[in-house]
Amino acid sequence: MKDYDIVIIGGGPAGLAAAVSARQSGIDSILILERDKELGGILNQCIHNGFGLHTFKEELTGPEYAQRFISQAEELDIEYKLNTMVLEVGADKIVTAMNRDDGLFMIQAKAVVLAMGCRERSRGALNIPGYRPAGIYSAGTAQRLVNMEGYMPGREVVILGSGDIGLIMARRMTLEGAKVKVVAELMPYSGGLKRNIVQCLDDYGIPLKLSHTVVDIKGKERVEGVTLAQVDEKSKPIPGTEEYYSCDTLLLSVGLIPENEISRGMGVEMNPVTSGPKVNESLETNLEGVFACGNVLHVHDLVDFVSEEAASAGRNAADYVKEYRDAAGTRKVEDIHAEREIPLVATGGVRYTVPSTIRTAHMEADLKVRFRVGSVYQNCFISVYFDDERVIHRKRPVMAPGEMEEVKLTKEQLLQYPELKKITFKIEEE
Amino acid sequence: MYDVIIIGAGVCGAAIARELSRYQAKICVLEKEEDVCCGTSKANSAIVHAGYDAVTGTLKAKLNVRGNELMGGLSEELDFPFERNGSLVLCLNEAELPNLQALYDRGVANGVKELRILDKEEVLQMEPNITNDIVAALYAPTGGIVCPFGLNIALAENACANGVEFRFNTEVTQICKSEDGYELWTDQGTFRAKYVVNAAGVYADKFHNMVSEKKIHITARRGDYCLLDKEAGSHVHRTIFALPGKLGKGILVTPTVHGNLLVGPTAIDVEDKEGVNTTADGLAQVLEKAGMTVKNIPVRQVITSFAGLRAHEEGEDFMIGEAEDAPGFIDCAGIESPGIASCPAIGEMAAGILRDKMGLIEKDDFISTRQGIRNPNNLSMEERNVLIKENPAYGNIICRCEMVTEGEIIDAIRRPLGAKSLDGVKRRTRAGMGRCQSGFCSPRTMEILARECDMSMFDITKAGGNSKLVVGTNKDTV
Repeated sequence: MKDYDIVIIGGGPAGLAAAVSARQSGIDSILILERDKELGGILNQCIHNGFGLHTFKEELTGPEYAQRFISQAEELDIEYKLNTMVLEVGADKIVTAMNRDDGLFMIQAKAVVLAMGCRERSRGALNIPGYRPAGIYSAGTAQRLVNMEGYMPGREVVILGSGDIGLIMARRMTLEGAKVKVVAELMPYSGGLKRNIVQCLDDYGIPLKLSHTVVDIKGKERVEGVTLAQVDEKSKPIPGTEEYYSCDTLLLSVGLIPENEISRGMGVEMNPVTSGPKVNESLETNLEGVFACGNVLHVHDLVDFVSEEAASAGRNAADYVKEYRDAAGTRKVEDIHAEREIPLVATGGVRYTVPSTIRTAHMEADLKVRFRVGSVYQNCFISVYFDDERVIHRKRPVMAPGEMEEVKLTKEQLLQYPELKKITFKIEEE
Repeated sequence: MYDVIIIGAGVCGAAIARELSRYQAKICVLEKEEDVCCGTSKANSAIVHAGYDAVTGTLKAKLNVRGNELMGGLSEELDFPFERNGSLVLCLNEAELPNLQALYDRGVANGVKELRILDKEEVLQMEPNITNDIVAALYAPTGGIVCPFGLNIALAENACANGVEFRFNTEVTQICKSEDGYELWTDQGTFRAKYVVNAAGVYADKFHNMVSEKKIHITARRGDYCLLDKEAGSHVHRTIFALPGKLGKGILVTPTVHGNLLVGPTAIDVEDKEGVNTTADGLAQVLEKAGMTVKNIPVRQVITSFAGLRAHEEGEDFMIGEAEDAPGFIDCAGIESPGIASCPAIGEMAAGILRDKMGLIEKDDFISTRQGIRNPNNLSMEERNVLIKENPAYGNIICRCEMVTEGEIIDAIRRPLGAKSLDGVKRRTRAGMGRCQSGFCSPRTMEILARECDMSMFDITKAGGNSKLVVGTNKDTV
């Protein structure tokens, strides 16, 4: 069995950034396992621009953004295997994977970085009634067909869900010659970024119907039309508000689910809110030496933040490997989980935080705590309490579930509170 | 001129074809869809009932018990997934205990073996997720679950291997009595046969009524189902029924043979014989009623919902036999539940009728076994590596949810009666049947289909007919 210091599962933006930073932190033996035929992950089908504003201070397309990291990985001689599916990772960090050339093989890793990304929720998850004809696609599948293969999935389109991929696909389908009739969103607010609503819908005159959902799908072989209806506060369709749209295609952009089947199989503890692993400040899961970053950890809006988070995971994985004493995998330092962990509590409008716990001693100088809010807030405050003391109180003009928020904590700040029991995050009106 | 034409390639048509293929006869199956297993056979509970439900003495009772007995051996001969997971009929109310006892007595009278009535504690020990309202339950260890696609495809493939001809996309539009049998008009020309078997599911009344004055009426009775992720698959281990009450057999909760959890069905009579649309009410009813027998069903884990149509005949029993006023026309009509369980026995019975009438002689080269699509997940690491070395396509995962390789998909396409559509591949390999519901694998499977079948991407369908998946290229209308 071959062994590597760090095995990274997934060669998308998260995996690449983790690999690059781990190498820059002095680890030579790194392997990326990627299931697709090229590195870059989902960015390869995101041919629109708007990527990299934070990281590179310029607007790149998805493939351009990916290429920056692919080039770095190649310059740093990082090893990778393409067309390779990881089937299983044991708690002992033995990775079982498979491809056409190597067959089924196992690798022993000292540290594992989970960077598998996420998948789209399907129609079934929403239990949308009606027929099951051809012409119902998740937005990402349609994006692959159009952007990578050049095929049009249909001509007249209704989109359910105003997540970013749905919005981007509304514009893409229009540019490629389809008629996008409407975008319906179950919630009273959009799930996507404001800039995407303006640039992808408003600029093309595509109506966005908030508090609406699909209540019927017509068409036995191919979609012939869908019925939308308005929903009440409990998301239940309101009788009498039904409106029929003839169309041959229904695209679904109804949420993303971190792809954690491998993580669960290993025994990684999950956060039920994010459907991603619970991690500490080092982005390490409950399993020592197993780190997570990117959309497998929690779904991001901007790839720039994925890269930043993943770079941190890569550095921490590198530190972990350097602290390794022997192949048996025991650490030089005391078992990290024996150290005091301060829990981060998400409440009062804050749905979750990443990380979930902080061990002050292991913090880098700055730690960005990322989270999402549960509904739209205007002119409210993000408040952070160290036990009962409010230490951060920052006004935000608008906060929405579709936009990830962040708060910076510093190690210096935390070191002043050696007895700290918990850190609470909440939204306050004043 | 065929000796026998069978209308319909569902489980009954395929089972009859397979049984008939033991004999020297020229047999053809006509199917209006592009594949086998496209109607009632593909959308049902997939339960191999033990046989205590049907009224003693009916064909339903007799063929269910016989079919259940045959299923184990058949699954070995024909290599399809089947498991005797056992079933429990729950009694949730002291007052209904006599009904539970009556069901037990009926089961015994029908010849069901190993039936037992369990008390509350025994049931909860077996199935901790059953409602605490449970009073007692009828336990039938012989109850089972099967892959309905696997069963149907296996029967058809084996019939095909034994010389039965299958014609797809061939819809019978008229049947006329001729001097030496029947003429079947179809959209693909006229076919002639000495004997006709009517295994047309919800359309069996239409064909029966073309040749007989004794009219029958089949009602399409829709059942909505929800299928849950494999993570929920061990929520219960046995098939859980409520005691049949005023509301009929009710909603069952069962693991599937592939490890998902299935809940359903509703029972709604519909006019449209293609009306397999689910409704919001139906799906809500499924989840609500399932909650009455099994607690904490993880409804957030639903990965898809679907509806199937039962072919309900007013006589309440299976109708199997020669139509009284149409010699040589053998009905196999009204096959609703327990149709899946009974199909091996239905095949045996219908083929027996024809054998006796026609004086058929057994072949000496009948092939009784069939090899399914090889599932590499069942192989050891060494065996799997030998396979990948021989054929690297077995090293390439196409469906990440169900871990289906390109090798399996190619096998599904290339074998006799192979898949021609996305759904055809799905029913044979499970590619696209997992939690992402083909979001990941469909473009990849489409490419493989296009390559293997030498078809344009524009001709690849979800399930034949006009179910095209892509309609043009970028900017082709701009």
